[in-house]
Amino acid sequence: MTKMMRDVIIERIIDEMGRNKRVFFLAADFGAPSLDRLRESFKDRFINVGIAEQNLINVATGLGLEGFTVFAYAIAPFLTMRAFEQIRVNLSLHAQVRELNVNLVGVGAGLSYEVSGPTHHSLEDLSLMRLLPNFSVLSPCDTVSALSCVDYAIKNKGPKYIRLDGKPLEAVYSDKCLPDMDKGFREVRKGKKVCLVATGYTTHTALSVANNASSPVGIVDIVRLKPLDEAGLFKVLSKYEHVVTLEEGFIGGGGLDTLVSGILTDRASGIHLKRVGFNNKFIFELGPRAYLHSLVGLDEPSVSRMVAKLNCHNKK
Amino acid sequence: MALSLSQIKNKALSIRIQTLQLHGLAPEARIASSLSNVEVMTALYYGGFLRMDPKKTDCEKRDRFILSKGHGGISLYPILADLGFFDSSELARICQKDSFLGGIPDCIVPGFETTNGSLGHGLGVGCGMAIALKQKKSKAKVVVMVGDGELNEGSVWEAIMFASHHQLDNLYLIVDQNEKCMLDYCKNVVDLASLKGKMREFGWKVHSSDGHCMEKLLPAMKKLFGDKARQPKVLIAKTVKGKGVPRLEKDPLCHIKSMNVQEIEQIVRELQS
Repeated sequence: MTKMMRDVIIERIIDEMGRNKRVFFLAADFGAPSLDRLRESFKDRFINVGIAEQNLINVATGLGLEGFTVFAYAIAPFLTMRAFEQIRVNLSLHAQVRELNVNLVGVGAGLSYEVSGPTHHSLEDLSLMRLLPNFSVLSPCDTVSALSCVDYAIKNKGPKYIRLDGKPLEAVYSDKCLPDMDKGFREVRKGKKVCLVATGYTTHTALSVANNASSPVGIVDIVRLKPLDEAGLFKVLSKYEHVVTLEEGFIGGGGLDTLVSGILTDRASGIHLKRVGFNNKFIFELGPRAYLHSLVGLDEPSVSRMVAKLNCHNKK
Repeated sequence: MALSLSQIKNKALSIRIQTLQLHGLAPEARIASSLSNVEVMTALYYGGFLRMDPKKTDCEKRDRFILSKGHGGISLYPILADLGFFDSSELARICQKDSFLGGIPDCIVPGFETTNGSLGHGLGVGCGMAIALKQKKSKAKVVVMVGDGELNEGSVWEAIMFASHHQLDNLYLIVDQNEKCMLDYCKNVVDLASLKGKMREFGWKVHSSDGHCMEKLLPAMKKLFGDKARQPKVLIAKTVKGKGVPRLEKDPLCHIKSMNVQEIEQIVRELQS
């Protein structure tokens, strides 16, 4: 059975906590099967702060300023949005002056919690966290890239946000094809005219689209939205006529689409950009994730139709 | 080294005067909030209660002081300058280009642990530091100062509950209870009623004192920091917002009121006489 990203991450953190006594794990009353072992093994360095995300960030900051590496774990929308000002003032701002290593691990990317309604959807987090100076923003799409993210988090100082899906996702990477943590992205499929730029869950949508397409479709998986090798990404994108961003987030508000649009605009590129994601509307509808995605054209059949059209479309 | 009572009283007067003069140089810097905590800060820094090394601000053994009510920060500038955290000549450049002394203090000021212009953060960060110090088996303590208006912030109460649950006996909270927030007396906005009772119910050891009278404040701090109770401790210091300036003392809106240079000079003369 495919493992959840959060479980492989926590298992790696357990290993690290065994080796390194200067690592704390904090949770806002949010669990995981793997967390039970961590709680048992490291009673003095695991703290459940309770249902109190503001204090989660503040306590994490205090520990971080004292030189401890901290993982702060909660449901993505509450972690990033309930405590946004704590994140801004205590992590983003302090990181400019002081050294700290605090890693926010948010579970429930996009519509992972599809039946829990809009309070549990996380469609703003990537935009919000990308906005903050000194922050790194990571968005793995499988357990291999999730492990690369946690290793990156341990090795590199600074505040970071790691966005994890709430459901197990199939492998995209392997030991032979690891995510590129120097660049922050990898062209996981090479295509001809159209390139899909995706992150997290939507990388899987992109792979389904590419598998069903009549001609090769390119796929770039963004594992780290910030910092990102923008020049390197442009070099890849400039081989294509059409670029399509796929995100489980609001579009036009600073997320993946804004990132790619900025890269193309800054370089006065003539590449045609299509942006697919959620439009200025919360999702009250219930149903499977693919159905919810179909409401905005983010499901595989809708994206496949769009890609087929673009493949026929000749750029003027 | 701790100073004598009369020396500390003289220090407090000098700090009050310098705080007023700093406000004269930087009228944007809030004055009333910085006048209510003058004696408390003076007692804390000169009474021998804080272990510190002005020349080594990251010294592991130092006590951590967080001024969570950042708006009351300019009274700490003359203290830090006097103790040698930075050169006294910096005071004259407050809020000017290339100065590190802002109207509200930031963590770029030598001697400031954190940035606290936004209220309600300091105690939670202090909790994290207190846990960290225990983990390091350090004897250093964490002291956090909040205003009573700041206690409206829910995040403070998250931290209050957390601290007592974790028996953070190396954490000390000082409440500058000046009874005013920005627009009115606190009791007319959100009445805290019995703060002592609330803190006791939340599992804290409560101490209290007049926050201006050194004869009372110094023994109260001695008791506070000597208290071996295995729980976090709070000192509720009853103060007057705008202390020393009669016009501000009686004005519920004094938080946002400024003083002009003539008024400052007049008040300084009265304080010195």
